[in-house]
Formats: sequence, structure tokens, C-alpha cells
Amino acid sequence: MDSNNNRLESWVGYILRYGVMLAAAVVLAGGIGYLHGAAHQGLPDYTHFHSGSFQNGSGQLDTFEEIAARVRAGEPNAIIQLGLLLLILTPIARVALCILGFALEKNRLYVAVSCIVMTVLMFSLMHGL
Amino acid sequence: MRKHDRTATDYNRLKPIPVSFEPMSPIDFSGLVFLSSLLAGLLGALSGLGGGVVLVPVLTMFFHVDIRYAIGASLISVIATSSGAAAAYVREGFSNVRIGMFLEVATTVGALLGAWLTAIVSTPTIGFIFGLVLFYSAYASLKKKKSHGNKAPDLLACRLKLHGSFPGEHGQESYVGRRVPAGFGLMFTAGTLSGLLGIGSGAVKVLAMDQAMGLPFKVSTTTSNFMIGVTAAASAGIYLSRGYIVPALAMPVMLGVLAGSLAGSKLLIRARVRTLRLLFSLVIVALGAEMIWNSIAGKL
Repeated sequence: MDSNNNRLESWVGYILRYGVMLAAAVVLAGGIGYLHGAAHQGLPDYTHFHSGSFQNGSGQLDTFEEIAARVRAGEPNAIIQLGLLLLILTPIARVALCILGFALEKNRLYVAVSCIVMTVLMFSLMHGL
Repeated sequence: MRKHDRTATDYNRLKPIPVSFEPMSPIDFSGLVFLSSLLAGLLGALSGLGGGVVLVPVLTMFFHVDIRYAIGASLISVIATSSGAAAAYVREGFSNVRIGMFLEVATTVGALLGAWLTAIVSTPTIGFIFGLVLFYSAYASLKKKKSHGNKAPDLLACRLKLHGSFPGEHGQESYVGRRVPAGFGLMFTAGTLSGLLGIGSGAVKVLAMDQAMGLPFKVSTTTSNFMIGVTAAASAGIYLSRGYIVPALAMPVMLGVLAGSLAGSKLLIRARVRTLRLLFSLVIVALGAEMIWNSIAGKL
């Protein structure tokens, strides 16, 4: 994208800034809920890695459905996880905007390059969630 | 008889005093982790070294968090600070979106490899590599920056349109990348380290663009910042599925680093950057040495 493509650049800036702010707000909301509920619980054991699920109610939060269902139930850990997911989606949204920007410039080479990056990101997210 | 008794009491006195491991409450733990992350983010932004690189050593060595949970939380904070900082740089016109996107092909594929390796490589090995990367980051930040001058651009860089211009001291200055394969290869390494260690590996990214490809320093650092978030997002999905990202632990780390780095970038104008960079580099070297020592001694 050339710097004369100012409108798109400022869109990218907005996405990044407000994406991070939104994610932080959701994580904070979940965090307050977690600390409120955790006052009478012990600290989970972080000293050793437990493959797969995690105790203390956080369990497996690795599918969109699981997170959505438990956010609706008002579970603090799920709300934090939703915020983290929003954060991870922020740079991905940026790559999506770049594809659009290069397409508007009719820069086919860089539409292809951006699509490769997008594929790798989607592979990781789908593999993960 | 009496003598025997005395030796027994002496022996008892010599025994280490049993430290009462009163388990910290979740509120105390989150508060302390938040404050440490705040400081890491603040110093990271002020020195330009990024806060992520000290988080993993602090979490593993001071808070005794398993290295896999530590790199998960650190990776989250890396995405937050990169996106926050990149929002500002995009407007200034230094970062080059084309060069960044092209090199992200290398960093994201590298990040997938790195994230995959975390399940195979042993904890002491990860700790050892981490220590070496800490040493390199400190060295890279203190090294004198040389200007490249104008050298002949190569054909591949022109084909790939790896050129641009930035607002320099004497109006717009233009540049073209060189040695594309070397830069691409180094970027792959940077991505692998990022996925393996949960860091942004900005130092290696800048090495690839500034040293290998001969891009202007300011363009290299800002483009690197823009790439860090995308690179980290590529390993985040795998980290999530492996269970490296624990919401309750990532929460204070992310919020702390974000608040610290925002405050740091506001303070930056008034701070004495050179002294700070030197101080923070010393901290990083000390943490790196301790990390390597702990890895060899099997204490990680």
C-alpha cells in the first residue's frame, strides 16, 4: 500500500487501536469477576504444566462454542478468554484490510502475498480452536 | 552422651529453616504479576527493547510459573503492545506495509514451526535458548547503528516492489531492499524464535531488515513492530489449543504490560533514553545469565 492510500491506513490504525482497547476492556471485566470469585479459593497450580484442561474451573476453553456458551453463563475465565480471542483477531483483521487495500490498488502480487499470510493465520486458529 | 546430643542439636540448627510456603491468594498473586508486568512494559517501551523479553524470565524464576504458561501469557502481551504501538506508527508513514507483508510469509510460517516445537523441545533447552536470545537482545540494543549509504538494489527486490520512501531530515527519502533471500531466511528464524519462546523477537527482525536487507533503521524498527503482532497471532492459535494460555494468568500480564507500555510511550519524550537502555540491557543480561544457569542446573 502506498502512503497515498491514506483512508485505508487510518482504518488500519483505528482497527488496531480500538481492537486492543476493546480486548483490554473485556479482559478487565472478566478479571474483576475472576478476582471477586477467587477471593475464597486457593491459587491454581501454575508451577507445572498440565496438558489439556486446567483446574480451577477454567477447563478447556478452546472452541468458539465453548467460549460463547460459558460467556453467556457469566463465567469470568470464559470472559477473559473472549477478550484474549478479540486481541488475537486484531492483527488478523489488519491483514484482511491489507488484502482489501491491495485489491483496490489492483496490486495482484500483494493480494496473493497477503492471502498466503491470511491462510497461515487461519490454519493456526482453526487448528487451535 | 552429652556430646552426641550436642551434635544432634547442631545438626538441627544447620538444617535449612523450613520456609512456610503459604500459598499466595489469587488476588495477591494477580496484583504482584500485574505490577511486575507494568514495570516490564514501562521499561520495555522506554528502552525500545519491548517488555515481552523480560516477562518469561520473571514469571518462571520469581513466580515459579511453568515455562509453557509463561510463554503463553507473554505472547498475549506481545500482541497487545505491538498492535498498540503500530497504530501510532502507521500514521507517521515510516512502516512499509508491502515489505512487512512479504516478510510476514516467512515469520508466520516460522511461528507455526516454533509453536509446534514447544511440545517437543525440553524445558531446560527452551530456557537455554531463551538466555542466548536475551544476551543477543542486549547486545543489539547497545550496538552502534551504522548508516548503509546507497548501494545497488537487487533485481528480486525490484520485482517484489520492496521499496518505499519515508519522511527524512531532507524531505522524502527513498530506499530499496537488498539481499532478499538472506532477509527472508532471518525472518523465518525470527518467527521460529517468536513461536518457541513467546516473544516478539524484534531484535532479530530488525537485524533482518536493517543489516541484511539494508533498509533504513527507522523503517526497520517500525515495520518490525507492525509485523510482531501478526507473527504472534500465528502461534497464538496453537498455544490456545495446547492450553498454554491460562486466562487468569494472562489477564494481569496483558493488562500490566499494556498499561506500562502506554505510559512508557507517553514518558518517552522526556526520558534519558541512553542511560535507560544501558540499565535495561544490564537487567536483561542478568536475567539471561540466570536463565542459562537455571537451565543447566535443572531448576527451571
